Amino acid sequence: MTGAQSDFLLLLAGIGALLVVATLIGQTLRRRLGPDGQNSTVENLNARIAAWWAMVTLLAIAFLAGRAGVIVLFAICSFAALREFVTLTTRNTSDHWAIAAAFFVVLPAQYWLIWDDWYGLYSIFVPVYAFLLLPVIAVLQGDTRNILSRMSELQWALMICVYCASHVPALLTLEIDGYEGRNILLIAFLVVVVQLSDVLQYTWGKLIGRHKVAPNLSPSKTWEGLVGGVASATLVGAALWWITPFSVLEAAGMALVITLAGFLGGLVMSAIKRDRGVKDWGHLIAGHGGFIDRLDSVVFSAPIFFHLTRYFWSAG
Amino acid sequence: MKAILASLTGGAILIFARLVTAVRGIWDGIEPVPAQRVYFANHTSNGDFILIWTVLPTTLRSRTRPVAGSDYWLASPIRRFIGEDVFNAVLVDRRPEARDTDPMDTILTAVDEGSSLIIFPEGTRNMTEEPLLPFKSGIYNISSKRPEVDLVPVWIENLNHVMPKGKVIPIPLLCTVTFGAPIRAEKDEVREAFLERASAALIALKPEGAAS
Repeated sequence: MTGAQSDFLLLLAGIGALLVVATLIGQTLRRRLGPDGQNSTVENLNARIAAWWAMVTLLAIAFLAGRAGVIVLFAICSFAALREFVTLTTRNTSDHWAIAAAFFVVLPAQYWLIWDDWYGLYSIFVPVYAFLLLPVIAVLQGDTRNILSRMSELQWALMICVYCASHVPALLTLEIDGYEGRNILLIAFLVVVVQLSDVLQYTWGKLIGRHKVAPNLSPSKTWEGLVGGVASATLVGAALWWITPFSVLEAAGMALVITLAGFLGGLVMSAIKRDRGVKDWGHLIAGHGGFIDRLDSVVFSAPIFFHLTRYFWSAG
Repeated sequence: MKAILASLTGGAILIFARLVTAVRGIWDGIEPVPAQRVYFANHTSNGDFILIWTVLPTTLRSRTRPVAGSDYWLASPIRRFIGEDVFNAVLVDRRPEARDTDPMDTILTAVDEGSSLIIFPEGTRNMTEEPLLPFKSGIYNISSKRPEVDLVPVWIENLNHVMPKGKVIPIPLLCTVTFGAPIRAEKDEVREAFLERASAALIALKPEGAAS
């Protein structure tokens, strides 16, 4: 077993222990507050925990399958997220081919470029070539109605759901001295810290949350939840320095940056939902909503984490 | 052999429908229990009955038959296989000049055999901006002749955008299928009144604020 594998299994054991504790707490709360499912907060909490078991299992399988597993997993996530996003965008029937191209050409091409380790192209493919090509396909249909909204909303959908999300597996392509063969742990660091930050913000908010951060955007986000969640997730990030190429302090700094980016990403995506009059992006992940509801924070932090790591640590 | 192939094809169609639409059934005013029912739905796409079929629980699915036009479904061996073997459709001829049996007799026979039905009372795909076309008399005739069977309104949302007419590649979008409270023709209710009531019950299920 390589060092990376044993470190990964150790991390997995830690997450497993955390989930066992969460499950026990969830079941205890259920027995005390609503054994027949009367308490909807507890039911939602338990649905979320059950979904976490499934998500962690899937991630672990993908990680053990290596590079191909991770790329395929995130390509599937991109597909599901794009499906949710495009459902809410402004579009006409004449956009059919542009949207089909986004799903069946741009998305696979972006992940293929990452598989191919072609940094020069995957870092500009969507914001340059897809952004120029898709409006061309659309205007060739001859429909000018709402053209600017239609095109920019599709471009933004691709940016969030495909381009940003693809920067998670892109971490595998970074070459870092003394960190060879361990890149998958960078992904684990990003996902664990950002997702844990979401959970901790939710928990702190439920426990002591009083003052709303953005009452117009998201009634559930509070200052207490934000500060408590970001601070505790930063500590967790620092404690995970041993799986990264960072020192303890650097790991804490990185964790702080990605949790803040994740929080802001959640706010932006909430604003879009609010404008479109929906509560969740989808319904496929029980208790959480859709793929975007679960991935919004990771999606916003992934490119930032990628570029910071690349600039300061990567030789390539 | 044919039955196995039909069941595999059915499974593949289910997976494909879920992949493209992540379709979700919403039971709003009625439960998915194995009672005999006639589901009547809005019709905007050839895939409409597939979505209803997909969200029905397996036990209900096997006894639910779509009512479809034989002029379309018998036109080629593949369509015949899908229409007759995979979906076990109740095929009726929509062309009065070409048929020798009354479609209503065929439909009532299927009801008397205990099958649930999926029917599109608009009669043809709605390509207009209106939410629904005027209903044909079929569901009134079913309900007045078999008053013990529930007619369940079913609103299918978004499928018309997944595969607009004339396009060959579907685009993935979330779809929902909403089942509403059942209705029956009341004793002495006239045709027009019943059809209007049925149409209103169906439109009431259309999600609010949905993109059109």
